[in-house]
Amino acid sequence: MIRNLILLAVVAVMLALGAFWVLTIPQTVTDDALQPHKANIANGKALFYIGGCASCHATPGEKDRTKLGGGLALKSPFGTFYPPNISSDPNDGIGGWSEAQFITAMTKGTSPKGEHLYPAFPYTSYQRISYRDLRDLFAFLKRLPAIQGPRREHELAFPFNIRRLIGGWKFLFLDGLPFQPDPSKPDDWNRGAYLVNGPGHCAECHSPRNFLGAIISELRFTGGPTPDGVDWVPNITEFKLKDWKEADIAEVLKTGTLPDFDRVGGAMVEVARNTAQLTDDDRAAIATYIKLLPPVEGLTRPKKK
Amino acid sequence: MNIRTIPTVLLVVLGVSVAAAQSDPVKTREDLMKANNNNAKVVVQMMKGQKPFDAKAVEAAFAQWADTAKQLPNLFPDNAKTGGDNRASPKIWENKADFNAKIAAFAKSVADNRDKAVASLDDLKVAIPVVGEACDNCHKLYRLSRR
Repeated sequence: MIRNLILLAVVAVMLALGAFWVLTIPQTVTDDALQPHKANIANGKALFYIGGCASCHATPGEKDRTKLGGGLALKSPFGTFYPPNISSDPNDGIGGWSEAQFITAMTKGTSPKGEHLYPAFPYTSYQRISYRDLRDLFAFLKRLPAIQGPRREHELAFPFNIRRLIGGWKFLFLDGLPFQPDPSKPDDWNRGAYLVNGPGHCAECHSPRNFLGAIISELRFTGGPTPDGVDWVPNITEFKLKDWKEADIAEVLKTGTLPDFDRVGGAMVEVARNTAQLTDDDRAAIATYIKLLPPVEGLTRPKKK
Repeated sequence: MNIRTIPTVLLVVLGVSVAAAQSDPVKTREDLMKANNNNAKVVVQMMKGQKPFDAKAVEAAFAQWADTAKQLPNLFPDNAKTGGDNRASPKIWENKADFNAKIAAFAKSVADNRDKAVASLDDLKVAIPVVGEACDNCHKLYRLSRR
């Protein structure tokens, strides 16, 4: 009897481990999923700016924002992340990657070695980017300078340093869906929705996160603490922006100037420098979409000390 | 008022303002930043064509910004981390040397771009974004978001 119970327990544990193993296998995109494509470098450049690649991957202290040597320290509740080198260097950067490997990293969060990437890299948003745009972006990135220097390992607390566990995180929080346009809405709203939720990944900072570091979906766009816990990212739903016009939002994205002529601060400084490179039409589309976000109050910011 | 009392009055005024800065650096720096913002508003409105170009007003804006840059390094002592609107990030006191370097860069940008800015509206449109970049380089690290 006892022996049978022990045997049953062993089998149950093995089944659970097996199920976990299967569920957490890193997903990939293969070359045969890709049709022939002629890269549009200008579009790739626009994607580079709306995607904000340089904000995390540019070499710290480097004035030229196309030198993507990585290494900026990103402090979070889980430890410190160091964004890797994504320059065109074939050894230290992504110069040796195939298109399928790049698309895999951007949409599945899986490295060419078949390891899970941490969701500090916002593939939860980047998975919405079209393959066409991803391939244009990859072509643009490959034309940027090659920077030498290997990646610095993240400094994370146990158990967050176990990459396989990210497979469980993805099972819970990565839906694997491309962008779905809403045919009942106008084209500019849909363009804005794509830019905001896909490459722009606005919600990644402008939303609070749960204890596993995933966005609390019903509080999307309502702001929350910065990852380092020092500052607070503002709510960008109608709850906070009801006195703003679309043109005010577009102005922030073009010049970094707020409606009262103050200027944006924090991480939004780099965002505004990036969105300054977009077309007026794209900035207007983003503004249209943001202005129509339903009002949600969000979390309460702690009292100041 | 006779001629001798004027320097005395000036000294007293100066003494009071220095004392104010020392006794309440939080209020002093917030007032300076608000004045910076008011002057930014004046020049941005000119750039947008909402107000006519006025070289005197641009000159006054640059003079005020230069004064702010001069005062700022003394307005973040260790005993003034909190109070007021408290938008000063605690990171200021963790990286004081870098913070002061950012202020110095702002001061240099104001000094370097002043003559250009007062020359014409087209020059103003070139000069102001350069100064704005110096503002942003500090704000992105050391200013907390507004409440």
